[in-house]
Amino acid sequence: MNQLKEKYMGAVFFITALTSILAVGLICFFLFANGLPAMSKIGVLDFLTGREWSPTDIPPVFGILPMIVGSLYVTAGAILIGVPIGVLTAAFLARVCPSKLYRIVKPGVDLLAGIPSVVYGFFGMAAIVPLTGNSILSACILLGIMILPTVIGLAESALRAVPEQYYEGALALGAGPYRSLFFVVLPAAKSGILAAVVLGIGRAIGETMAVIMVAGNQARMPVSLLAGVRTLTANIVIEMGYAAELHREALIATGVVLFVFILIINLSFSALTRRVNP
Amino acid sequence: MKKQNRQEVIMGFVTWAAAVVTIATLLFIIVFILVRGVPYINPSLFSFTYNSENVSLLPAMISTILMTLCSLVIAVPLGVGAAIYLTEYASRGHKSVAFIRATTETLAGIPSIVYGLFGMLFFVTFLRWGFSLLAGAFTLSIMILPLIMRSSEEAIKAVPDMYREGAFGLGAGKLRTVFRIVLPSALPGILAGIILAVGRIVGETAALIYTAGTVAQVPENLLMSARTLSVHMYALSSEGLHINEGYATAVILLLVVVMINMLSVKIAQRIGGHP
Amino acid sequence: MNCFTIENLNVHYGAFQALKNINLSMEKGNITAFIGPSGCGKSTLIKTLNRMNDLVEGCKITGRVELFNEDIYGDMDVNILRKRVGMVFQKPNPFPMSIYDNIAFGPRTHGITSKYQLDEIVERSLQGAAIWDEVKDRLKKPALSLSGGQQQRLCIARALAVSPEVLLMDEPTSALDPISTGKIEELLLTLRNEYSIIIVTHNIQQAARISDKTAFFLLGELIEYDETEVMFSVPRDKRTEDYITGRFG
Repeated sequence: MNQLKEKYMGAVFFITALTSILAVGLICFFLFANGLPAMSKIGVLDFLTGREWSPTDIPPVFGILPMIVGSLYVTAGAILIGVPIGVLTAAFLARVCPSKLYRIVKPGVDLLAGIPSVVYGFFGMAAIVPLTGNSILSACILLGIMILPTVIGLAESALRAVPEQYYEGALALGAGPYRSLFFVVLPAAKSGILAAVVLGIGRAIGETMAVIMVAGNQARMPVSLLAGVRTLTANIVIEMGYAAELHREALIATGVVLFVFILIINLSFSALTRRVNP
Repeated sequence: MKKQNRQEVIMGFVTWAAAVVTIATLLFIIVFILVRGVPYINPSLFSFTYNSENVSLLPAMISTILMTLCSLVIAVPLGVGAAIYLTEYASRGHKSVAFIRATTETLAGIPSIVYGLFGMLFFVTFLRWGFSLLAGAFTLSIMILPLIMRSSEEAIKAVPDMYREGAFGLGAGKLRTVFRIVLPSALPGILAGIILAVGRIVGETAALIYTAGTVAQVPENLLMSARTLSVHMYALSSEGLHINEGYATAVILLLVVVMINMLSVKIAQRIGGHP
Repeated sequence: MNCFTIENLNVHYGAFQALKNINLSMEKGNITAFIGPSGCGKSTLIKTLNRMNDLVEGCKITGRVELFNEDIYGDMDVNILRKRVGMVFQKPNPFPMSIYDNIAFGPRTHGITSKYQLDEIVERSLQGAAIWDEVKDRLKKPALSLSGGQQQRLCIARALAVSPEVLLMDEPTSALDPISTGKIEELLLTLRNEYSIIIVTHNIQQAARISDKTAFFLLGELIEYDETEVMFSVPRDKRTEDYITGRFG
């Protein structure tokens, strides 16, 4: 009797584990089923490389290149701002910070991680936009701040995982503490730090609400750092509310493009790490 | 040698500067929101019915709690069950394990707006639930599944084998061992993951706009549309009329997040005290 | 001439006193061995000589330590001290970099950037550590791909690369197999004269094999310090005799 119950529960657990496979399957299916036909109707090349997005024209034009470039610029800028500050702060937390201070700083970083994106958006609207306008720059600054906790979290664990012997060995050769930190400990934590950066990229590309509130959202090829831009994510949220038929499907197709982008980033990262740690 | 000492000073300065910038930014954000929002917190913000004058946030808060509970009810059994399968039942290197991990990792990376799109296509349209609390809750539960799975798996793995061996040695079956020995021991870690998930749900907007919709009243049943606090804030900002109340809502949201964080710190301390 | 002179040295870790009133002078060009049972303070003493003890929270040091008549706790830059006094650790700790970069790290830290100079230093150091022939064709390969014994010789080469005057060795062979141990002991005998070597060892026979003078420590005190040959044949203190003959330790 018990044997039966055991087997039965084992199967139950197995089925729960299949949920994520089921979920990914459903997501892929519904997204592609609704998005791909639109892409072929518009023409894949026209869709992906078209420089004009005018869904309300007659006939409507659906080129998402401006949004792809917008997302890329905004993400690149966020990384440029967030990664150096994040990695340095992680180095600070892992090796320099006195323990009394750590008990204040670490929860602080965790709090930054928990702030909802709309709150960041409100902050950005009122504190950053008056200085740099509704622009790429504002979005980069805001997103840079938002990915800080992501980068710091992983980078700090990676740095802490480096064996103490490396640090001591460097010191014993007469290298100062910061030199030992940056030239021996940090390189030893390369793969973890890279993981942190990739996670940061993922967060930046996927961010929607905060970006909408500060980036201007003009659906055109970016003109300058201080001019507005629209990201792939913003495109979907802004127009979905009133889009119909082909327009709606084009937005779903935008979601597909985003999805594929993220998949490519994650896959190439896994391939990279597998080469570093065989 | 002077050159190295000068380099040390510069590197030290840069490192401290980065940390100062991070903390200063956090403080700036919090102070900013408080300064902008606290003056506009008044009791009418907490009336039970919403209307365009009081822009009350209470319905949104109630919806948030309901949404959180629903998502947890769906995601926690699934996530913990999956974690149990992966740690206690699956043989290492079994094909299913690699597959499950790959899909979980994928789920973890999907941006919330894509979840929103899927939720709209599947729950709202295909299953004909319409814009509803239920659609929102199900969408969110898929979103938090990887989080729950990961933290539960870590917590279960951390339970020392000697506990399991002790139970088996006394003749307890696998099921009994899992439910009576392993899970209770792993509970703090699992709870930590749940708290993280709650934090994620509370902050989520993009996934909910097109699944749970934006109706501002307290939903009467699960199939009615409802807005959470975050969605409420976004609605206020895009309407543009009640920005100040938006800041007030931000203050409340921040408070909720701070409380959630403090809770997880408490639980982390308990894990530390565990043998 | 003495390489190190230690006067009235007391070391506390918080409330615990690890070294009590040590007075000791070590001769230049000698191999001096520190022996004694676990916890006797020999590792603490050696770490005081290159101020690695500074890293331990709560460590308090009183007394005087001089390197070639210069107070190491005075005006001396601690990084220069560590360049002049090299250290090899118990567990080989090559950096996760190439063999070349491991050796070049020290010189680069202290300002040498010319590739020509670095190449020359790398070759000289690896030869000095008797490992050049084994690695000369794979300098760019990761140091962690070497065997344990090779890694330790690499660490010795790395220490030699900054041209130290004194080499501190904290149980350098205790993690190695007998053959590697033998190779390293041979190496130390060749390095003598050019470098002053201070070696902590829990292996009494090793001390007898290679050292010129030996210092015996017990519970934080220096019990006896003499020519090795003398100490091992006619020890003055009964405790020394008991330890050397294996009655405890």
